[in-house]
Amino acid sequence: MATSIRPPRTGLDPVLALILQRIGIGFGLILAISALLFLGIEALPGDFARNFLGQSATPQAVANIRAELGLDEPAILRYFEWLGGVLTGDFGTSWANGSSVNEQLGKRLANTLFLAAVAAVVAVPLSIGLGMLAVFFRDRLPDRLINIVSLIAISMPEFFVGYLLIFFFALQLGIGDGPPIIPSPGASLWENVQLVFLPAMTLVVVVLAHMMRMTRASILNIMQSAYVETAELKGLSPLRIIWKHAAPNAIAPIINVVALNLAYLVVGVVVVEVIFAYPGMGQYFVDAVTVRDMPVVQACGIVFAGVYIVLNMLADVGAILANPRLRHPK
Amino acid sequence: MSELWRSMPWSARIGLAGCAFFAFLALFADVVAPFGEREIVGDVWQASLSACEGEAGPGTCLLGTDNLGRDMASRLIYGAQTTIAVALAAGVLSFAIGMILSFTAAVVGGWTDQVLSRVNDMLLAIPTLIFALVVLAALPQTIAILIAVMAVIDQTRVYRLGRAVAVDVVVQDFVEAARLRGEGWGWIVFREILPNVLTPLIAEFGLRFAFAVLFLSTLSFLGLGIQPPEADWGGMVKDNKDGIIFLVPAALYPGAAIALLAVSVNLVVDWLLARTSSLKGGRG
Repeated sequence: MATSIRPPRTGLDPVLALILQRIGIGFGLILAISALLFLGIEALPGDFARNFLGQSATPQAVANIRAELGLDEPAILRYFEWLGGVLTGDFGTSWANGSSVNEQLGKRLANTLFLAAVAAVVAVPLSIGLGMLAVFFRDRLPDRLINIVSLIAISMPEFFVGYLLIFFFALQLGIGDGPPIIPSPGASLWENVQLVFLPAMTLVVVVLAHMMRMTRASILNIMQSAYVETAELKGLSPLRIIWKHAAPNAIAPIINVVALNLAYLVVGVVVVEVIFAYPGMGQYFVDAVTVRDMPVVQACGIVFAGVYIVLNMLADVGAILANPRLRHPK
Repeated sequence: MSELWRSMPWSARIGLAGCAFFAFLALFADVVAPFGEREIVGDVWQASLSACEGEAGPGTCLLGTDNLGRDMASRLIYGAQTTIAVALAAGVLSFAIGMILSFTAAVVGGWTDQVLSRVNDMLLAIPTLIFALVVLAALPQTIAILIAVMAVIDQTRVYRLGRAVAVDVVVQDFVEAARLRGEGWGWIVFREILPNVLTPLIAEFGLRFAFAVLFLSTLSFLGLGIQPPEADWGGMVKDNKDGIIFLVPAALYPGAAIALLAVSVNLVVDWLLARTSSLKGGRG
């Protein structure tokens, strides 16, 4: 979302105005995406009722299904009905089994966020630490090693990492649990954390490399800037350069890296949940896509996109708040 | 050419060799593969070389058999063909769409640029996998649709880079000179802009291809990509995943193949990117 950093012309404090602008853009985007998810799908060729019935699609059966699901009403009307439902927290009922989408969504979203949070607690400090280490030893052995290892990690699909961990850890070494992993509400937090050890590790491996490379690049960018070079040439001590000159400028990009990757984590959870048969949003989503259960697909789509956009928005807001040039305008 | 090879770091050479190896397997799959794609040669998930003893010469059945008793190594080779062909098609298509749109935006400017860029921003804000799953839920499952969906989603990344580099070049004096000379669009794009942005674009193409391989495999793994009995790496992981519990590593081989191909491409891209940034003097 590359937009200019020029604050809009209002009487407000420029930082506040910028933040309000970002939040406005975020919600506008969610609205636009909801329209795309609903009306865009509508415009695509293919008839839900016919796909849904498959081989047994006689004209009469198709007409019956269309009437039953309300598909004979105009699309734009159904969109606004659906949007009204979503805004009031009602995601409708599943076509596949007629159950309420809300009920499933609430339970599963909590599971998914739990898994993502466990992964984030490990991945965020580790990746920032390793990224700084790589900058510190730039172009020497540790940096090259970190670079090659992270390149390999980026190239591995999530399911390969997942099955590798199951095969060697859960089955050969007896560390952690293999699929299916079902957290129980009765168990203590620590028991559930232990239960999701392997899926969380899979997510860490997947997201760590990305985060580390981004941290390294953004800190390197600052260390190569003209003002750091000037500070070096003035003969300042390295510690003072980092503390007084580099660090205040590095906070914004690091906040950005963290928030972007949290967004990536929440989406990356889809595949990991399928691998470990974990009862979260991702598995619900994939199952619904397979049987073309559109109300569930659209509900999961808008929730995933919403979480992703809100985290991106927080990244922008955090970067604005941490940017010394915006906080102290000339 | 040999000078270029000498200037390459060892990592890029390994990457190039890896790419060549997989390209060779894909091109000559029919010759290299000891068994047919759908040929059943033994029992389910046989691990050792004894799987097809007496049926063929030594060196066959290297990796045992899969969940239906088909030869794993042969299916991996045919899988290379399918996976690489589909990913390459998606990569080329996304690159073509992204380039045409981004260069149009950069050269024409004004409203065209605004509309294209804002629509692109919106598409970029949707997570790719979620977008693909929603669209694939509504469309019939064919390979052509799969390629088109992958390309349309991925062209947003190409567009962003293409526009950024093209806008940089469009304001240069030599482009202005060409415009004042009265050269047409085609000349400006192909003779003035393109030669100046070629290396980052080649690197980007490599990245897009690596991404397409991973993305396609993920979709197939979820059961929404290439449909069986066609061999493709992501689908092969899905077929054999239940064996993991019985300590049968069959699902790990296609996974490793995907990782190896993506690593090879990324190693070459890494070198190309390092080369471009050193051309700019290392700053930025």
